[in-house]
Amino acid sequence: MSDLTLTPNIDGADDYYAELLAMHDGLSREESDALNARLVLVLSNHIGNRTVLSQALAAAALKPIK
Amino acid sequence: MNQIFETPMYAYSRHADQDATTPPRHKVIVVGAGPVGLAAAIDLAQQGIEVVVIDDNDRVSTGSRAICFAKRPLEILDRLGCSAPMIDKGVLWNTGKVFFDKRQVYDFNLQEEGGHAFPAFINLQQYYLEKFLVDRVRELQAEGAPIDIRGRNKVSAVGTHPNHVTIEIDTPEGSYNLEADWLIACDGANSPLRAMLGKDFVGRVFEDNFLIADVVMEADFPSERWFWFDPPFNKGQSALLHKQPDGVWRIDLQLGWDIDKDHEKKPENVIPRLKAMLGDDVEFELEWVSIYTFQCRRMEQFRHNRVIFAGDAAHQVSPFGARGANSGLQDTDNLCWKLKLVINGDAPESLLDSYNTERVWGADENIQNSSRSTDFITPKSGMSRVLRDAVLDLSEKFEFARPLVNSGRLSVPCTYDGSPLNSADALDGPDRSRPGSACPDAPLTEGFLLPKLAGKFTLLTIDADAPDVIEEDGITVTRLALSLKNDPTLALKNRYLGEATSGVYLIRPDQHVAARRPSFDDKLFRAAIRRATGKE
Repeated sequence: MSDLTLTPNIDGADDYYAELLAMHDGLSREESDALNARLVLVLSNHIGNRTVLSQALAAAALKPIK
Repeated sequence: MNQIFETPMYAYSRHADQDATTPPRHKVIVVGAGPVGLAAAIDLAQQGIEVVVIDDNDRVSTGSRAICFAKRPLEILDRLGCSAPMIDKGVLWNTGKVFFDKRQVYDFNLQEEGGHAFPAFINLQQYYLEKFLVDRVRELQAEGAPIDIRGRNKVSAVGTHPNHVTIEIDTPEGSYNLEADWLIACDGANSPLRAMLGKDFVGRVFEDNFLIADVVMEADFPSERWFWFDPPFNKGQSALLHKQPDGVWRIDLQLGWDIDKDHEKKPENVIPRLKAMLGDDVEFELEWVSIYTFQCRRMEQFRHNRVIFAGDAAHQVSPFGARGANSGLQDTDNLCWKLKLVINGDAPESLLDSYNTERVWGADENIQNSSRSTDFITPKSGMSRVLRDAVLDLSEKFEFARPLVNSGRLSVPCTYDGSPLNSADALDGPDRSRPGSACPDAPLTEGFLLPKLAGKFTLLTIDADAPDVIEEDGITVTRLALSLKNDPTLALKNRYLGEATSGVYLIRPDQHVAARRPSFDDKLFRAAIRRATGKE
């Protein structure tokens, strides 16, 4: 059984954060929300594992992780 | 209280140059006696190059200004003979706390890598650094070094010529003219010289104001860095509390864009803000208050023939990450050995173009880092704020989000990847000491490594043979022979060899690596020396 990674795991975290922000440049709030929703779905599919995804949902809700 | 910035340290006095019938010619004139200009002058004078520093003021700067000095600038100041008072006086800290809204989300302990003579950084008011630098100028003068500093000498005009620069200087006793073979402009972010020469200074303006206050507190606050995002006492903005020597605390409060600066600066308006932050029962005294806005920008070119720009005059960053004075000291460290070789005829003038290439690269890295911190601290769009707040909320519960919190990234030396002075990397060694890197320090059986590499070309050999001296077209390279037998902590091995069993490094006078190979090769190292001095 795999667990959600909650320790730092992104190579070049500052570069990634800047790239993520840049994706939203010039978008309206609605367009930004839609972009974020698509990103959640793309990343969810990449993870695939249902246990990990449920743990990610809990983490995002700032709830204890089972 | 502290009167250090109220006393003239290089008071105006009439110089014979003012009575000359034709303008006297100097080798180098440095305009600006801030940390960068003084460091440039000391560096040149230590190498025997005649230099005159002029400044329109006659004392150290008012208020704390640059307060955080990183390891690399401390190493440079060590070479300039100024590190001991910095370390004696500076404050060390290693605990930081991050607050979001009403709560502390996490704290961190900076884990320093061991095996360096200097700490990752110290906190110290800029006026102390300037005082130590002026003290060093006086010491050099006493030793007969060719260095002069002239207070209340203000440049009023500049003329550029193919082989020299002319300047007109205003003094309390009227104006006079000087000529210089070379002029280094270290006259700050609002550089009058840059304006007189009509040079560009483009970049990004951040529409924000910050109130900075130096506060003297009796209270026994811990030596920690506290950063608040969106605190109750400064809603929607940020705040920073940082310790300095003499019981002085630096407080930065973000105020937003549409404010009345004169109104906000009045003590009767500042004090209630500070009380809300520190608590009603904390006794404090206000030493200095200022409001600043900031920009991230740089000149397109730092060298304009015989006029060379350094420090804030050449590039400006936001204060987050302490990259102003720290990068300015790296500018002069990069420039002065090259200028000396050119002045002495040991290298072509084109070597100075590598100052431009390397320090523009450094400036861009600093601008990128400080822009990112600024974007995190003061989000400029709704979505940017949503993401920022998400990072902060997650950081309270999950370790993964903490590296994303960006209230300023520690200034580390720039690696000049792709510099025309580098030779191709021929050693399967650690990435951190690849050509272009600033040499990492290492403790040896006797003393540290870096002082042995100071101010001259060095051939560092680790368990490898090489001649003790190489002369190549006017450049003398002396060998420093080391062995892993002198490496009690394995730092030398880990930082310079990695998996390799031997290594030969060509190291520039500014302690940056120019070339490295597993063993000595006369032809290839001579080529590397020529390359590192702009000769191929």
